[in-house]
Parts: sequence; structure tokens; C-alpha cells
Amino acid sequence: MSDEPEHGAGTEPVRILAPDGSPIGDVDVGLSPGKLRELLRWMVLARRLDRECIALQRQGELTVYPGFEGQEAAQVGSAFALGELDFVWPTFRELAVALVRGVDAVQYLQYHRGTWHGGPYDPRATRFGPICIPIATQLPHAAGFALGQQLDGTDAVTIAYFGDGSTSEGDFHEAANLAGVWHLPIVLFCQNNGWAISLPSSEQTAGEIWRRAEGYGFEGVRVDGNDVLAVHRATERALERARRGDGPTLIEAMTYRIGAHSTADDATRYRDNAEVERARAGDPLVRFRSWLLAAGHADDRFVTACEEQAEAFALDVRAGVIATPPPPADWMFEWVYADPPSSFEKQRDEALG
Amino acid sequence: MREWTMSGALNRALYDALAEDPRVLVFGEDVGRSGGVFRVTDGLRAEYGEARVFDTPISEAGIAGAAVGLCFAGWRPVVEMQFDAFSYPAMEQVVDHVAKMRMRVRGRVDLSITLRIPAFGGIKGKEHHGESPETYYAHTAGLKVVAPSSALDGYRLLRQAIANPDPVIVLEPKARYWSKESGELASDGPGMGAARVLRDGENVTLVAYGAMVARVLDAAAVLADEAITARVVDLRSLSPLDDAVLERCARETGRVVVVHEAPRSVGLGAEVAARIMELAFDHLQAPVARVTGWDTPYPPASLEQLYLPSVERICDAARKVVAY
Repeated sequence: MSDEPEHGAGTEPVRILAPDGSPIGDVDVGLSPGKLRELLRWMVLARRLDRECIALQRQGELTVYPGFEGQEAAQVGSAFALGELDFVWPTFRELAVALVRGVDAVQYLQYHRGTWHGGPYDPRATRFGPICIPIATQLPHAAGFALGQQLDGTDAVTIAYFGDGSTSEGDFHEAANLAGVWHLPIVLFCQNNGWAISLPSSEQTAGEIWRRAEGYGFEGVRVDGNDVLAVHRATERALERARRGDGPTLIEAMTYRIGAHSTADDATRYRDNAEVERARAGDPLVRFRSWLLAAGHADDRFVTACEEQAEAFALDVRAGVIATPPPPADWMFEWVYADPPSSFEKQRDEALG
Repeated sequence: MREWTMSGALNRALYDALAEDPRVLVFGEDVGRSGGVFRVTDGLRAEYGEARVFDTPISEAGIAGAAVGLCFAGWRPVVEMQFDAFSYPAMEQVVDHVAKMRMRVRGRVDLSITLRIPAFGGIKGKEHHGESPETYYAHTAGLKVVAPSSALDGYRLLRQAIANPDPVIVLEPKARYWSKESGELASDGPGMGAARVLRDGENVTLVAYGAMVARVLDAAAVLADEAITARVVDLRSLSPLDDAVLERCARETGRVVVVHEAPRSVGLGAEVAARIMELAFDHLQAPVARVTGWDTPYPPASLEQLYLPSVERICDAARKVVAY
């Protein structure tokens, strides 16, 4: 199996499973049947939790929440390929990646509960960076982190997630350029979900995002982001290249944001519902499940067990989120400085009494 | 005793910091091969190698953002923004991440970043080469901001900034890079947040920082001939401010003039004046006066002396508050 990225003709993304789940490429991506079932388990879990989060927001238990329904294959397939020491720099929409990385969901959701910025999980222990809202600003962090790993001579790879909208920001360009010039062990993973709030990707950029890699001097690949096998293989190849010292890869995973940008957004104001229905017909979860069942790697009983497990998980997380108290007042001052000035400490005393 | 230029003393500070801590990295535009446009990084790459002292693409946001990521990987980045106005592309990274990241990750990562910026005017520079950006940074919680006024103190402050666990913006006064001072370099002495009294006096306190300190000292000498003794305070640290020194000097002299190059409105002088009112109102004999740049963009070279606080403007303000 060649380890060079393969390109579909023109804009056609690399694909292993057709939207109906029938195999059209080499389905052997190096995963055992047990691992393949795990992919499905994560996707089911992630979708169920995503829907629970939207319910929690509607019930006032979370602040604004950005859903990721439709992007489960892109997130789970890429995260599942990561090694233990590889490091993720996420945006604010990578809850499924966080789950696969082992980040505690209740801790993660403290961010959306308004308990803490960044996320109260430990980014260095989980190898999952702080949740990042300002578009594309996590990408230079990823480049710097990858440089630090390179200087230390580790073989850990850095993966940075971003959306199609991010590619219009200067920080995307600066990070990609640094990655190329410094030949960094990094994977730039773009989830092109078709929309940046209300702007369709056709108005975000006139070109194809994966092609920009050539301009930065490294490999690019466009993959069907709703095909978890194709995503996994593309990510694994990119990680291997980076680990070997062959530099960065830009992956453009073509996917779709089924829901609104966030719970504060009304997508019916700018998006034709027929488009959403077409996307639903190509549901990444259904696609993979169909193949898994047809290939005999799983049966209905496994699928049911996944769903039951996801249900129980979502309810556990719900209980954990609701049970989380607001942070103590002194946390507002606690970590602003490692070496706090005395005038700052005086102000803290004034605030806290 | 050796004579140091400020550029040479800052260079030595970087040299010593690189030697002392193997996790210190120095990078930025033209800091490697060329040794920096003001020669502050001269010779460092040859001594410490390209892995620790390196040139970057022209990419200020990328530089500042990469510094954040390097902190997560356990490094201690010392980065240069080539000129004051060219630090603005990095503003989002500095304000959104450099300043806030430690709080966001609940202290699990220290943002030990030193951001060196050649700043202020007075060198007949082109436009965008004479800005005073200090209040942008001083207004941002999580940052510390210092501005040395001389070679020996430049060495001390830069060493202290690099050793500090918090992000520190070091505003290096371009007009003072080639000023000379004799003495031994030392990183101990006044701490990073401390102001210094450089000249004693009883009638009025003149507060300044960066390149204006030399001008204020000149003004104090002129005033001395008129039997006005002026105390000169070099703030050194613009965030935090040294409240204790400001309070003591305001109480003891009862009169204060604040001097800076930055435009007057919402400048650092306003904060200094407010603090003095809070801390020493009953001891003031006159309103705090401000001598500053004007509320205009930094002017072309041929007009810059009209813009910058002159010895005469400083003396006039001092005479007025003394006569008040």
C-alpha cells in the first residue's frame, strides 16, 4: 500500500465507502474488527452526547453550544488514528475528538456551562489543547508546539483542527507557512463542513483548500469526511509521514454541518432545508454502520448495545454537568499571574472582601 | 569599569539567559543571521546555534502564537517584534492567548514569554517606526510591561523579564540603544515591578520611563539652576505600577509631573495621575501635570521634536506646578 496521499480526480475526495455504505476502495485500513466496532461505538456515543448537549442548553444548563452532528466520521476517524503522545489543538467544535482522546466529558462541558474558560481538563495530561474560540488562532500554537516537540527530538505528532472558515484567516496562513518552512511534524486537519455560520464555503474561498498545501511546500489531500475509514487512513498516513520526518500534511475532510452553527444560530435564515435533507441522506454514522453490518464485523446486537451505552453515558454526563457548581469567586484571580504583583493582590482582596 | 551601550547590554542579557537556561529560545525577524536591526541579537546564533536562535518568516502573529505553543512544550521563548507598529499583527495572539492562557488552563502551563519590542520615537524613523504602544499592553490583564531607560538597567530588566514566569512585554527605547553607561552588569538590584528614584529633590517629582527619563534628568538639571529641586522617578515597570514609590514621592514633594511620548489622552500618565489622587490626594499642592506627545499620529521625522516632550516643555510644567 503506497503511503503517498492519493487524490480523487478534480474535486472528488478520496473515498473508501460510498454514501450507501458499499465499499468502493480498499477497506483494509489496518484496523481489526474489534477496532472497527470501536469506531462505530465512538460515533454513536458522540452523536448521542451532542444531542444531549443541545437539550442541556435548551434547558438552561449549558450556555451557547456548538453542535457537530454530521461531522462524527471526520472527528472520530482522525482522532482514532492518533498515538498516545500526539497532541491535539482543537477549535470549539471538537467534542468527539476530545471523547476519543479520553478527555472527561463533564470537565470538557464546564466550558459550555460557563464554569471556566479554555476547559478545566489538563491539556498536557490529555494531550488535548484548550478549546479555542478565536478563529484559526490555535494554528500558530500548534506550529509552536510541533516545533518544541521537534527540538526535543520526540516522535510525537501535532494535529490541529480547523474549519473551512479558518482558512480565510491570516493565522491559518502564518501557521501553514511556518509548518512548511520549519518542516514540522504536524497534521493540519480541516473539516470543511460547508458553512461558516451563514457563509457557504463557496463564498469563503474560490479555490480548493487541500490544494493550498502545495503553495506551502507540503502534501495535501481531500478526503470524504463522512467516510470514517477514508478519514482514518488519510490521517494515519499523514501522522506516519510526520513521524518519519517528512513534514506536514494538510487534510481537507469534506463533511457537513447538519445543525446550526450553535444553539444561538438559526440556520433556516440562510440555508435551504433541502440541502440539509440531502446531507442527512449521506449520514456518516449510517454509512459506516451499514458497511460494518454487511461485512459481518458487527451485528444488530452490537449496534443496540452501542446505543444503550451511549444513552447511559449521555445521562451520566447530564447528571455530572448539572451537579457542577459555579466556580469559587477567588478563581477569577487565582491563575492570572504565576507571580502576581502586589497591586493585583490588593485588588483581589478588595473584590473578595 | 566597562562602558555599555543599551544595545550591547541587552545583547549580553540574551547571551547570559541563553547560557543559564537551556530551554530559552530566541527568535524573530532577522534576529539570526543579521543579529537584529538594532544588533541586540548579534552573535547569538553563532554561539548557541540555529536551533535556539533562529530567523522567522515575516509573521508576527505566527511568532507570538508559536511562542504560546512552545510554552506548552516546556520552552521559554524570547521573541522580537522588529518595530513597535509591527507588533500589531500579533495583537490577537497577545491579547487573546499570551495574556489569558495561564488562567484558561488553570495554571497548568506558565506563559513564560518575553516579547521584546523596539519602541517609541526620537530616531527620525519612517512612519510606523515611532509608536508608543504601552497602554495597549498595560491595559491587558495577564501581561507585565517594562521599559528600561539605560544600558545597565536594560540588562537587569531583560534578565528579570526572561526569568519571570509570566509574559512580559519589554519596550526597548530605540532612541537609547546607542546611549552609553559605565558599570557592571547585574540582574539583581531593583526588582522588575519596582520604580527607581534616579535623582533626589524636594519641590517636584518628575515621573517618566523609557527614553523620556534622560530628558527628564536634563530638565531637572535646568530646574536646579532656578533653585527648583526635582526628584526624578524612572517607572521601569508600566504594569504593574509601583504604587509605593508613587505615593511616597507624591506625599513628600506634593507636586508631580508625568512625562511620556505617547499621546496624552488615555495615556499612562492618566493612570499615574489617578493613582496619585487615590494614594496621596491630601498631600498634593497642585494638580498632577502631564507632558506628553500630542493626540496625533506620530509625525514625520522633521516634526518629531515638536511632538516629543522637550526639556523646555517639561521645565515649564514643573515651574507651573511649583508656582501653583
